[in-house]
Amino acid sequence: MPKKVPEQIIRLGIVISIIFGSVALTLYLLPPALKDKPFHRRSTILAETAKPIQFAGSNACADCHDDKYQQKKTGYHRNLSCETCHGPAAEHAADPITIKPFVARERRGCPTCHEYDPSRPTGFPQINPTIHNPLQPCVTCHNPHDPVPPRTPEECAACHAGIVRTKAISSHALVACTTCHTVPEKHKITPRIIRPTKPETRDFCGKCHAKGAPVVDAPKIDLSTHWEKYVCWQCHYPHLPAERL
Amino acid sequence: MFVGSVIIRTCRRKGCDMKRRDLLKNIILFIPVSGAFRATIQAAQANSDLNGYHPENHYYGMGIEVAKCIGCGKCIEACKIENNVPREPFFFRTWVERYIIKKDSSVAVESIHTGGKQPKETIEEKDILRSFFVPKTCNQCANPPCVQVCPVGATFSTDDGVVLVDRDRCIGCRYCIQACPFGARYLHPQTRTADKCTFCYHRVVKGLLPACVEVCPTQARIFGDLRSRASELVRFQRMNKIHVLKPYLNTEPKVYYSGLDGVVN
Repeated sequence: MPKKVPEQIIRLGIVISIIFGSVALTLYLLPPALKDKPFHRRSTILAETAKPIQFAGSNACADCHDDKYQQKKTGYHRNLSCETCHGPAAEHAADPITIKPFVARERRGCPTCHEYDPSRPTGFPQINPTIHNPLQPCVTCHNPHDPVPPRTPEECAACHAGIVRTKAISSHALVACTTCHTVPEKHKITPRIIRPTKPETRDFCGKCHAKGAPVVDAPKIDLSTHWEKYVCWQCHYPHLPAERL
Repeated sequence: MFVGSVIIRTCRRKGCDMKRRDLLKNIILFIPVSGAFRATIQAAQANSDLNGYHPENHYYGMGIEVAKCIGCGKCIEACKIENNVPREPFFFRTWVERYIIKKDSSVAVESIHTGGKQPKETIEEKDILRSFFVPKTCNQCANPPCVQVCPVGATFSTDDGVVLVDRDRCIGCRYCIQACPFGARYLHPQTRTADKCTFCYHRVVKGLLPACVEVCPTQARIFGDLRSRASELVRFQRMNKIHVLKPYLNTEPKVYYSGLDGVVN
């Protein structure tokens, strides 16, 4: 004969079902907006956004220094933010009279970017600070808001020193750069936009190195049989031809 | 349960005679009332405070064009100034690595320092096959391992895709520093809490660029909103072959590299 379920068991059952019910409620029934953005996240975001700004941004600079902005806009430094060289200037923007930003008039600033470093990308303008007009502040010759070489370099070595040094010890030492490269005059002013030509065909090297070419002391090959599917500079480095690649 | 125990404790102290029935009634009443109260507060807070900035409309990422980095270290310096990172070279939120691949195909990696001497490897230039710089920072992963491991829930992803640390909750246990596969976190020596790149969250919500992007002289770093098709970052992703660091870990990084060498990890 089935006994009546005791009162305390029923109560216990009710309590347990309430607990399970509330767990189910929070897990499945409450909308996510009510539970997964706890208050502490909000307070962290507010604390984070309340932090003071140190770098004002270049738009802030242009408001007052329009002359410099206009000058910089067309030069090689056009993409540089003012604060890259002048340091953080938010305080200066808030109080322009008493707080002045850093102005790099010494020699230290520019080599940070322009000192020669073998890891820097090819073509990025670099100098050796120990031999490039030692002790002179860069600003005596270069205007940092519109940097150009103070005078147009006459020799290729001014910029392509590495290649010229290599070539000097090679069998091509006496061949002038312009023998193989035609250099437009504008290359000296906008070196990375107007570029010199480079030889394009096997026949170009053949002018000296093909059988029967007029240059006497150049080694001769038969262009029709000597690796005819390749161009010369795939195997021979023209600035140091003795060294096979 | 917590509320119940509080009520019971106050009762005992005051000597009142609350019945068990009253207690249960109070508890049952407390749950919906507090829920409604909280919902009201949240609704009130949702659109205030951030000056009309809506995090849910943005999703931030960063692009890095490896070939453009000149290793000047301006980004590291700017980050330290903007975010109060200790000046010592071994604390950083963002850093730049120099990779040197030698002709014998061995690889040398070093983190470049700013201000003062470089810990330059004694590698002769003629031994170098190729060399380049790789800027690195927190990848603000969409699936961040650091958030998973935090035992107190102090670190979390915001709606706009930035991983932040709650300095008041962080207990400084360093689990997240260990868990980050990119080494992007460090323990701040003053606060003794984990610290990391926030994409300069305080600047971004005001419409400014992160400090490192702002000062980069060669635009090697690109910052933008992945939700906006007109953003510079989406353009960068459209125009370049993109790679992320350690894709096999499935952390889904949001720092996108173009021109990344295979030796970089």
